[in-house]
Amino acid sequence: MIARLLALMIALCCGLPALAADPDDLPGLIEQLQTRDYAAMEQTVNTIAATGDPRAVAPLQALADGDLYYRKSDDKVFIARKADSGTDLLDPLTGEFVENVGRRDARKIGINNGMRRALRGALGSLTLLSPDPKVRAAAAQSLFKSPDPGAIEALGQAIAAEKDEAIRTAMEEAQAASILLSDSDDATKIVAIQSLADRGGRDALSLLKGLPDSATEPVKAAALEGVKSIEAALALWSTAQNIYYGISLGSVLLMAAIGLAITFGVMGVINMAHGEMVMLGAYTTYVVQEIIRNNAPGMFEFSLAIAVPLAFLVSGSIGVLIERTVIRYLYGRALETLLATWGVSLIIQQLVRTIFGPTNKEVGNPDFMSGAVQLGEMTLTYNRIWIIVFALVVLAMLMLVLKRTPLGLQMRAVTQNRRMAGAMGIRTDRVDALTFGLGSGIAGMAGVALSQIDNVSPNLGQSYIIDSFMVVVFGGVCNLWGTLVGAFSLGIANKFLEPYAGAVLGKILVLVAIILFIQKRPRGLFALKGRAVES
Amino acid sequence: MRGLVFRAFDRGGMIFLGILFGAIMLLALSNLVLPAGHTLHAPTYLVSLIGKYLTYALLALSVDLIWGFCGILSLGHGAFFALGGYAMGMYLMRQIGDRGVYGNAELPDFMVFLNYSELPWYWHGFDMFWFAAIMIIFVPGLLAFIFGWFAFRSRVTGVYLSIITQAMTYALMLAFFRNNMGFGGNNGLTDFKDLLGFDLQNDGTRVGLLFASATALGLGFLICKAVTRSKYGKVITAIRDAESRTRFLGYRVDRYKLAVFTLSACMAGVAGALYVPQVGIINPSEFTPANSIEVVVWVAVGGRGTLYGAVIGAILVNYAKTYLTGALPEIWLFALGGLFVFVTLFLPRGIVGAINGSGDGGPSPILAKLRSWRDARAMEGRS
Amino acid sequence: MFGFGRAKALAAVSALAIGLTTGAAQAADTIKVGILHSLSGTMAISETTLKDVMLMLIDDQNKKGGLLGKQLEAVVVDPASNWPLFAEKARELIEVNGTSVVFGCWTSVSRKSVLPVFEELNSMLFYPVQYEGEESSRNVFYTGAAPNQQAIPAVDYLMKTESVKRWVLAGTDYVYPRTTNKILESYLKAKGVPAEDIMINYTPFGHADWQTIVADIKKFGSAGKKTAVVSTINGDANVPFYKELGNQGIKAEDIPVVAFSVGEEELAGIDTGPLVGHLAAWNYFMSIDTPENDAFISKWHAFIGNEDRVTNDPMEAHYIGFKMWVQAVQQAGTTDVDAVRQAMYGQKVPNLTGGVAVMNTNHHLSKPVVIGEIQDDGQIQTVWSTDGVVVGDAWSDFIPESAKLTADWTFPWVCGGCEKPMY
Repeated sequence: MIARLLALMIALCCGLPALAADPDDLPGLIEQLQTRDYAAMEQTVNTIAATGDPRAVAPLQALADGDLYYRKSDDKVFIARKADSGTDLLDPLTGEFVENVGRRDARKIGINNGMRRALRGALGSLTLLSPDPKVRAAAAQSLFKSPDPGAIEALGQAIAAEKDEAIRTAMEEAQAASILLSDSDDATKIVAIQSLADRGGRDALSLLKGLPDSATEPVKAAALEGVKSIEAALALWSTAQNIYYGISLGSVLLMAAIGLAITFGVMGVINMAHGEMVMLGAYTTYVVQEIIRNNAPGMFEFSLAIAVPLAFLVSGSIGVLIERTVIRYLYGRALETLLATWGVSLIIQQLVRTIFGPTNKEVGNPDFMSGAVQLGEMTLTYNRIWIIVFALVVLAMLMLVLKRTPLGLQMRAVTQNRRMAGAMGIRTDRVDALTFGLGSGIAGMAGVALSQIDNVSPNLGQSYIIDSFMVVVFGGVCNLWGTLVGAFSLGIANKFLEPYAGAVLGKILVLVAIILFIQKRPRGLFALKGRAVES
Repeated sequence: MRGLVFRAFDRGGMIFLGILFGAIMLLALSNLVLPAGHTLHAPTYLVSLIGKYLTYALLALSVDLIWGFCGILSLGHGAFFALGGYAMGMYLMRQIGDRGVYGNAELPDFMVFLNYSELPWYWHGFDMFWFAAIMIIFVPGLLAFIFGWFAFRSRVTGVYLSIITQAMTYALMLAFFRNNMGFGGNNGLTDFKDLLGFDLQNDGTRVGLLFASATALGLGFLICKAVTRSKYGKVITAIRDAESRTRFLGYRVDRYKLAVFTLSACMAGVAGALYVPQVGIINPSEFTPANSIEVVVWVAVGGRGTLYGAVIGAILVNYAKTYLTGALPEIWLFALGGLFVFVTLFLPRGIVGAINGSGDGGPSPILAKLRSWRDARAMEGRS
Repeated sequence: MFGFGRAKALAAVSALAIGLTTGAAQAADTIKVGILHSLSGTMAISETTLKDVMLMLIDDQNKKGGLLGKQLEAVVVDPASNWPLFAEKARELIEVNGTSVVFGCWTSVSRKSVLPVFEELNSMLFYPVQYEGEESSRNVFYTGAAPNQQAIPAVDYLMKTESVKRWVLAGTDYVYPRTTNKILESYLKAKGVPAEDIMINYTPFGHADWQTIVADIKKFGSAGKKTAVVSTINGDANVPFYKELGNQGIKAEDIPVVAFSVGEEELAGIDTGPLVGHLAAWNYFMSIDTPENDAFISKWHAFIGNEDRVTNDPMEAHYIGFKMWVQAVQQAGTTDVDAVRQAMYGQKVPNLTGGVAVMNTNHHLSKPVVIGEIQDDGQIQTVWSTDGVVVGDAWSDFIPESAKLTADWTFPWVCGGCEKPMY
């Protein structure tokens, strides 16, 4: 199918307009897109693409994006745009506003994956000669992903006309991919294989491995060489990739545990409500995004930046509230704080469930958190990169607060010797409240980060609480460096075990390792030395 | 030895046993003898519910023994309970024989289903009750012994110990969730038919299990009493109050702790074993750390270090749970959560402590508490 | 002292008994319908909606004048995602509250936990969730899909329209994925797919870190053959899974994921932009355009007071189950379980998606199968559907031990899993 379309395309590009369908018929063709028969729709798309008419890009793109609608009253096709009420219908070719209809008066023209591939190819070939370099690059990418022997010549034309080095390479690779599937002679194919092997990556590997059985021996041998070289490169990168996964998991653990390192590590409160503080942060993000969506959709990119301080405040003030009403009566009875905070966590969970409902809430990823960057053969997803950065920044700021501010000084003083600190005029109960608030607030900030990778539901906190305790205990209570090292070593250990032992067994092994480690060093990796130990 | 036994039957012990067996006897009679329509007829529902509470009470007792008397806060006692339960579950599974859906006399249904060609080695012997009965005590005991041997020798104490017991039960939960472990994965063991030839769906069997649970609880209570009132018990209380000093006095603290921890785990295992036939299912969610924390809460609510307080706490909290999940399904967690906070804040010695305090004519603990806060604030010094 | 102890004990027990049995003796001027769905704990996410739908249906029926001249009364309890508690609550509903029928459960383990209770007390449970099959109890009606109503049509679709050659079977490690994957594996092998082209992966509940597994899928998919993922990943773990897929750039055009546990409700928690084109197989989609479905959705929105709430397959299952039960009670003229059970067989209710669902004698429904693709608005758009209805199969033909079993609760079989008729 695509082959025929592209053949037509080539004819176009070669200046044989006689073969093309009548461009005047484009509106009629667009109307034919309204069908449930995907085969017929694909045919129509091919015919439209074959007109080579640049006006066809808009409706095809709309179809691919799910924005092409038909009016129920007369089955006419329009591009739809969401309006405040109902739907705005636009002319598919000119983009002019036609009318506004109710939400149920116009229906989307559904497509399936096959159609999406066909549209990718059609749009790719229609835009190969676009004046916009970004569009040309995307077109080359699309054609690489949907290789077709019919596209070879069209790509050849585009390559000849292309000035941009990078785009030309992309086009050449797309052409090479297509050549592999064509009946070109062996020499051309071997050159193409070479070019793909140089490109590397999983896509090229897939193409080389998927070589048709009809290929001749020399071509097969060349492909095998290519596969070997790509696989060698991939194997080399996979260790780095694993370390990255480990760091990324570690950063999530770190994020979840930093707050606990304060409330549990510094203050000695076995804070079972820590997870709920994280959850409150995530819900703050949700609320912020809802408000932005309804009032200022343009601000969405900044939603997280707004949510971080707010989450700190929300969780922090609830933390202060808990400290003032419950925990302050329990100092010196560490194990009993466990029971009280356990009760508090049940209450908060149910409160959130009552207010927001038990279902997951959608927290969107702003654009800078979506997608991935390719570093060599490693895929680094943006959301994870940002979480790593965020976790480290939060840790650094916390250390600054503890080491360089009067509040931090008082906190350390109160932890080390409460009576003495009190005697020196420090208002210990105020410091306690602020410390607990700080720890809770940081947990809230963690919630903002975790909302980007996990469910936002009332159960969010529960899934992190045990891991957080493990990190803090493993790293050594009272020591933020310990938490840092603990989080990353547990993350990396987990990720290195996972490929061999599987996700579950890997985790079990890590837990057993922690239990054994605590026997060796009963106070964690970075144990506090001196008198405080026997307190 | 006679002294040991005798000490257990003190006044409190006798009252406790009297109440326990009196209540159970009444319940059993009312269930079995009175016709279903009678106003005083206890429905079967009540029988298995009380039976379940009694096994929880035994579990709470085992936690109270180590927490209340030895100061070891285990957040993993649910693991021993569940292991005992699994041992019983394995026996019950084997009793199903060829009455499973696939009619395989040798393999339980889930194994047929997961393509096991033969019974895994660790399932052998569980077709005999005596073996299962030994395992019910031996497996939790062994795990506690090994775990405790490492932990107490390296002097892991306080919060650290609590956290690693939590890690232990969490790891076990993950392990039992794996279908490849051969314990039925998430679904666990279920669809039991009979126990020692008695049909589990029969009212008589239920009452029998109720009696077994009550007997186990009574025995457990007596054992705990005997232990805590012996010289040995004095040492473990000393360990609770001042571990280092006890060590300096020449006591091998780790051995004392290990013994009491292992004993407590065996008791928890028995509780689990009695629990399983009464609820009809054992699955890995019994290992969840939250369950273990809840047990500690029962003990705290009842009053730790009193034994009968733990029993009262377990029954009370579970009854509250039963009642509230039916009566206030939407908001019962508020009530439960609130109860925990309230008890920790206002009844630091639990319900029993509060009652005893006021009964002695002295100041009630709540008042004492308020007073101590006032004093604390005045002194501005907490440690 | 002893006397005191006994008296106290007596008082305690009777207080307990009174507390537990109040409600049992209430006047029987209403028909009680039990709702056994978790409202707290891990499963509350999915199950609370079903409780609300049941309340809506019962309310609706009462507005129409109730049933047999009596009003229906919903009895809601919270089994709190705790499996033994499910059994306890089931017994409470039946014995203490005297419910005529119970609608409830979501996970297989909760169903397994209550099953002995329903069988012992001869009561009736409607179970609304797609499940692994391999069961047919006299006391349970299964209104969700059996594997042959979901998994096999989906795989067929991928084979035909996407010409998929390599398969990743990814699931959460519990009985539903295990069974479905076992059935699929033997089905695929029967279709000539070699073992090296099938990758099976299990993850724990609530698995949140999908980096490695998504990378593995990518790796498996780069062998030059069209690859698809068949996902039986359980509810909670799906959000991070799909987020990772989207971020690592796995497009539906390249490696489509077809899921059996992901419906509109699960998608409501995700930005579905990057997921457009991934598939789901169910018996119902909210997007299906029929008058019945429109009416159901409007009613739901009015009841819950929120236009953004979605509807999903288990909700339709409860809708069908409840309607069938109402019809069966009317037909039998009583709520007596044995009479209603007999009346259930062959009971017909129009599907929300068009066509008519029929209750079969194996206690499973005949329902249409629809396969849809995820859209950027969180809806699932049908791309394929069966021509008629598919009969739910309690015992899979692709598992040797179960292929020989038959479930039929009418004469001469009268059995949920037998090799030969009872009579």
